[in-house]
Amino acid sequence: MTEPIITFDKVNKWYGNNFHVLRDIDLQVGAGERIVVCGPSGSGKSTLIRCINRLEEHQQGRLVVDGVEITDDLKAIDDVRKKVGMVFQQFNLFPHLTVLENLTLSPMWVGRMPKKEAEEKAMEQLRRVRIAEQALKYPLQLSGGQQQRVAIARALCLTPKIMLFDEPTSALDPEMIKEVLDVMIEMAKQGITMVCVTHEMGFAKAVADRVIFMDEGQIVEQNTPEAFFNNPQSERSRDFLSKILGH
Amino acid sequence: MSAASKPPSKSRWSWRSQAFRALVYQVLAVGVIALIVWFLAHNTATNMRQRGIQSGFGFLLGTAGFDIGESLYAFDSGESYLQAYLVGVTNTLRVAILGIVLSTLLGTLLGIGRFSRNALVRGLCRIYVEIFRNIPLLLQLLMWYLFFTEVLPSATEAWTLGPMFLSKGGLNFPIPAWASGHVWVAWGLLAGLCVGWLWRGRARRRFEETGQPHSMFWAPLGWVFLGAFLGWLLGGAPTEINAPVKGEFAIENGGALTPEFLALLIGLTIYTAAFVAEVVRGGIQSVSLGQAEAASALGLSQGQSMRLVMLPQALRVIIPPMTNQYLNLTKNSSLAVAIGYPDVVSIANTAINQTGRAVECIALIMLVYLSTSLLTSLFMNWYNARAAIKER
Amino acid sequence: MSTFTAISPRPAPQSNSGPMAWCKANLFHDWKTSTGTLLIGLILLWLLPRLFQWGITNAVWNGNYETCHAASGACWAVVREKFRFILFGRYPHEEHWRALLCTGMLLGLILASCTRTFWRPWLAVLWAGVLVLYLALMRGGFAGLRFVETDLWSGLPLTILLASLSMVMAFPIAVCIALGRRSNMPAIRSLCTVYVELIRGVPLISVLFMASFMFPLLMPQGFNIDVLIRVLAGITLFAAAYMAEVIRGGLQAIPKGQIEAAATLGLSYWQTQRMIVLPQALAMVVPGIMNNFISTFKDTSLVAIVSLYELTGAMGMAMNSEADWRPFRIEGYLFIALIYFVFCYSMSLYSQWIEAQVNKSKQR
Repeated sequence: MTEPIITFDKVNKWYGNNFHVLRDIDLQVGAGERIVVCGPSGSGKSTLIRCINRLEEHQQGRLVVDGVEITDDLKAIDDVRKKVGMVFQQFNLFPHLTVLENLTLSPMWVGRMPKKEAEEKAMEQLRRVRIAEQALKYPLQLSGGQQQRVAIARALCLTPKIMLFDEPTSALDPEMIKEVLDVMIEMAKQGITMVCVTHEMGFAKAVADRVIFMDEGQIVEQNTPEAFFNNPQSERSRDFLSKILGH
Repeated sequence: MSAASKPPSKSRWSWRSQAFRALVYQVLAVGVIALIVWFLAHNTATNMRQRGIQSGFGFLLGTAGFDIGESLYAFDSGESYLQAYLVGVTNTLRVAILGIVLSTLLGTLLGIGRFSRNALVRGLCRIYVEIFRNIPLLLQLLMWYLFFTEVLPSATEAWTLGPMFLSKGGLNFPIPAWASGHVWVAWGLLAGLCVGWLWRGRARRRFEETGQPHSMFWAPLGWVFLGAFLGWLLGGAPTEINAPVKGEFAIENGGALTPEFLALLIGLTIYTAAFVAEVVRGGIQSVSLGQAEAASALGLSQGQSMRLVMLPQALRVIIPPMTNQYLNLTKNSSLAVAIGYPDVVSIANTAINQTGRAVECIALIMLVYLSTSLLTSLFMNWYNARAAIKER
Repeated sequence: MSTFTAISPRPAPQSNSGPMAWCKANLFHDWKTSTGTLLIGLILLWLLPRLFQWGITNAVWNGNYETCHAASGACWAVVREKFRFILFGRYPHEEHWRALLCTGMLLGLILASCTRTFWRPWLAVLWAGVLVLYLALMRGGFAGLRFVETDLWSGLPLTILLASLSMVMAFPIAVCIALGRRSNMPAIRSLCTVYVELIRGVPLISVLFMASFMFPLLMPQGFNIDVLIRVLAGITLFAAAYMAEVIRGGLQAIPKGQIEAAATLGLSYWQTQRMIVLPQALAMVVPGIMNNFISTFKDTSLVAIVSLYELTGAMGMAMNSEADWRPFRIEGYLFIALIYFVFCYSMSLYSQWIEAQVNKSKQR
């Protein structure tokens, strides 16, 4: 395998003094790989991906993203954030700006792009997620599924090398989950590295190169989707799968 | 697979880290503030030296040399400045505590009145609130003071309300003449309170165990009154009352409230009640209608629903802004200086004019008000923490 | 099985709306409401005609104090006689037009700032320009305009000047302090908290005392500042503390996710605050800030205690100047109470309108 784009090397994190939320995480993600992280709630999966763009700080171990080691160094953090896009469970769109303004904000103010260029790029991304006609609306005027697609487009405007998804469909009504997953599947086909925390096992089966199961802060098992779903190795994985695939 | 262990201490330090930048900013900020404070202090010291004003709080022990218009206890010009300040503090507390109690009562009635079925009542409450909220307090105080000093008749032609007299000299009312027996009344009251409290606890336990309702309010109240009455009997049943009579030039005897006090109290009460009414209205509105509906669906009566469901939830929303209003009332009592009521600001003003020690006197004023604010904030935080609805 | 037939809508049998129905529901619903209506109605029937007689029918509109003494009604003649003194205080009589012009300009600017169309960057420049013009015109001393020192600026123009200028200056200070209180840096957070709690814990009078008594002591020798500027500084610092609390409430209501999203997009702290957090927070707290403005407007009446004669002080001066008119002070008080009420109530209505607008924009 070529040089991995994300490397976790014995990464540990604590909340306060007693809650050991990430325990000796060893993980390597190759460029262009699509990873799905799953596990029961409280297992540390969100914390794991939030460490990648320093929304959470790890206390021990080494974390390297695209050749840059993540430490206290502000310049390093800025560099990494320009290459990593994130989509949140609660969308976190800026309600006082139009959809188009949401997308052009960062390219103009951080990427120093002229407005016209930024707007063209934004429209391109909006077309990609099939929501171009809503460009001048305000986020609260759109449905949940539409807002999440805008959020994905907003992250894509930075042309990131890595896309992180933190339970992107968990806050959506059931009939809107499909439109967001379709967008994510299409992105996956275009070769971007994706790390996705989700409960949508259908998505994992369709797209993921690797499924990582976490429990109590540790990576319990990682395997290809077919192997993981049909033949889980550990007791905990079997337990988890029976709960979510059961109903 | 390692078991949970403690986090390591930080070993590396980065010059470009957030922590370093934060340190720099803070050092800068503290440095600038310290420089400014030093500059001001230096100037003050120089100026005071130039003008021959001593600094320090020693002047508090000097003779005041002025009389105070009214006070709760005896004070004459021979006493010290410190005594004068204490009189000022008691005067402020006197009007503040009474003002808080009265404005809470009036404001709560007005706030509840906004929800009355009767449109006239609703309208009148609304008009009251809008009028008294939008006129400055100082103006209202001046108008009330005008009423008390110009519109009321002089003492010789005072209005009679039962055994009380209302005139330019204030309100005169009969009070029981203090005899030794009254101490027994106080003890009796205290004893009654204790018995009433214990009775209430017992009644509550019995209610929880058997489900039979036991009076948890009226019976303990009865005990309190019984205790006071027994104490009065034991003290020799003193009955002498000091009643006011119309003398030649003024009303003599009896208890008296000066026009300044009355104007300040009524002005503060009426002004603050308007704000309290809005706070109460906000609190009642904040409890969603579904709560009242659920309560009736469970078979609770109107009174029970109000007492057990609506009011506790409304109180959580009401208490913080209400405490704010109490603080505002206490601070607003400082306007007494405009109508001649000797509260702590008024006395400090006199002291500054006499001694020139502006810094010390103003510092004392601020100390009094800051301690009141601090105590009230502490109480509010405690209550908030206790009453907070527990969430996940 | 019966087939379904649609029923077309019919009018209701009893009238459920209209004035009669409203009266029935709101005034005479049950015996309690009816008794209340009757009682209040009787009291109003007794009170209102008397007030009307005193205030309007028996009142003296023109005349001198003898006619007023003789009449039993209100003496509005005193207001007619003295209204210029009440409104403009000690400002020279011939120069009143300048005060009027300046105040009109300032009010116009404030009204313009309240409408959406004017929320552009050049508004700040306009404010600066108008303020400079205001100060120059009021002060005079050039181009044939008589010099009027700041001691003589009084009455309603002074009230409006103090209130608006202090709010405008307090705003940036309040934003910085609110941000400081939410900062992660303990020193900055403590400094801001101490400032806010200190100011909020003491009455405005003590701050005004500080401004007028302590300021000369705090400044180096020979450095004299106008009493107007000192008082303005005091009111500004006072208002800033309260405004900071209101803004902090708005900042607290912004979900943390907004800041995280901005961070993932690479925005710096100040960019995030400026473009994401503050626009949303400030829009939310406009009613609170309007309340601050109303309070500050009312609080300006206190400056009479430190010898600046704004509207309330000017009225006191006007009424006390001639012993003849002194018994009719209540009419003067009512006159300025009306002025205050008109200003404050309009601001309160505006604030409610804004709140309704904000709520409207939140709905789909």
